[in-house]
Amino acid sequence: MGVIQFKDVGKIFGPRDKGFVALKDIDLEIRDKEFMAIVGPSGCGKTTCLRMVAGFEDATDGVVSVDGTPIKRPGPDRAVVFQQFALFPWKSVYDNIDLGLRNLNVSSSERSKRIEAILNLMNLTQYAKHFPHQLSGGMQQRVAIARAYVLDPDVLLMDEPFGALDAQTRVVMQEELVRLARKNPRTVLFITHAVEEAVYLADRVAIMTRAPGQIKEVLDVASVRNAENWDSHEKIEDVMDLESFVHLRTHIWRSLREEKAAQHA
Amino acid sequence: MNRQISLLQSVALGFLGLACFLGFWQGMSMSGIVSNIFLPSPLEVYERFTTLIERRFAGATLPGHLAASFMRFAYGFLLAALIGIPLGLLMGWYQLLDEIVSPLFDALRFVAPIAWVPFAALWFGTGIGGPIMIIFAGAFPPCVINAYRGAKFVDPRLIEAANMLGTPSRRVIMEVLLPSSVPSIISGLRVSAGLGWQSLVGAELIVASAGVGYMMVQGQANIQTHTVMAGMVAIGLVGLALDSALRGAERVIQKRRGLEQ
Repeated sequence: MGVIQFKDVGKIFGPRDKGFVALKDIDLEIRDKEFMAIVGPSGCGKTTCLRMVAGFEDATDGVVSVDGTPIKRPGPDRAVVFQQFALFPWKSVYDNIDLGLRNLNVSSSERSKRIEAILNLMNLTQYAKHFPHQLSGGMQQRVAIARAYVLDPDVLLMDEPFGALDAQTRVVMQEELVRLARKNPRTVLFITHAVEEAVYLADRVAIMTRAPGQIKEVLDVASVRNAENWDSHEKIEDVMDLESFVHLRTHIWRSLREEKAAQHA
Repeated sequence: MNRQISLLQSVALGFLGLACFLGFWQGMSMSGIVSNIFLPSPLEVYERFTTLIERRFAGATLPGHLAASFMRFAYGFLLAALIGIPLGLLMGWYQLLDEIVSPLFDALRFVAPIAWVPFAALWFGTGIGGPIMIIFAGAFPPCVINAYRGAKFVDPRLIEAANMLGTPSRRVIMEVLLPSSVPSIISGLRVSAGLGWQSLVGAELIVASAGVGYMMVQGQANIQTHTVMAGMVAIGLVGLALDSALRGAERVIQKRRGLEQ
């Protein structure tokens, strides 16, 4: 299981009376095996939402929980993929992926079986002995995704994972993530500021307001995707041409534009 | 604007500086302004140096004295590294330990190694123990400080990554903190080796058998200033070699990580 719940969650950085209010009254439930994307203007606190689920930050108000258990600390049941990859530079690709499994005391034969399977799935087999700095950004992010997925986590947290990649690599990674997510569905919380990415990947998209961040609107993409049969198209550009896709994208754009405008007003 | 200086140029400039220095020194002693006892000439020192390599003085040849000194240094330095690096890392990781140890450590590290001479002799004797303690006193602080800095300045995202992978503390220290601190630790070891080697003469003031410092003390007692100078040259050369070796190690490690071409 992996139900993420935000209940009246607020976050203030600094002292309660004069600190920076990052989040206010966040109420959001991410269902089991659902792919939820959060989009919002920069500085709206979307990454803070993810960091609270990861256990890196405490909520100042309210409760963040997974399957009803309030989150206290980070753990392998909630694997994180960071924007800057955060691979261990002194560990090979194989050893980077191995660390989490070792922490879970998985037997060594089981570990090598699982690592080989995930390397194969992410097209990384020939890079097992490479070190992160010998790989391109896209490859490094594949390793980071493999490191998270190999733990078979209930919840996968992705913090603008493709934000540091170039446009072409980004598209390839998005397609692969769709393939991976459809094959091994997990509860995914995906933070991004790229609207198209959110619509292409997610079952639902939550739009946040500018700081103090609140949930402005939650859009159901999955029902449109299934009704219009997006998954029959293999390439991202074919999906992006569909009228139903354009419609959703434009809707989110407008909503974000309003926030941007209000921010500058 | 800073122009790029090639390796060849940099070596040539280094030699130029050395040549000027030696020329000035030779000129001073040849001019007769200062007496030879006051300032032996470079040639004299060179001759004395080569003689000392073959002939015994104060019980041993220069290589013999150097070997004795190096043994003491190696013990003191290794002891400093073995205690200092883990202590520094743990101080960087556990704030409580940091708060307890830091003030004491910061006060003690300003006491010059040579100030420990009386107590080193008293506590550990003038054989092997005392000198080792003095070298340890010189070499210890940089080991602690640099391991501590390395641990403090580890990329917080790597700690977060380790935490979300469920890594227990002991393993975070060994597999994240330590390897991440290696560059800082190595530069600490360089400083530490330098200070340890510098403390040598002080350490050997209290030994009565062999060692470069001992040789120099004997040279002084016999009014052989060129022997003292030859000892200084030997200390300088060994120090230089030590530093180059550690610098080489530093570069190899950086390269393996892809941090430097």
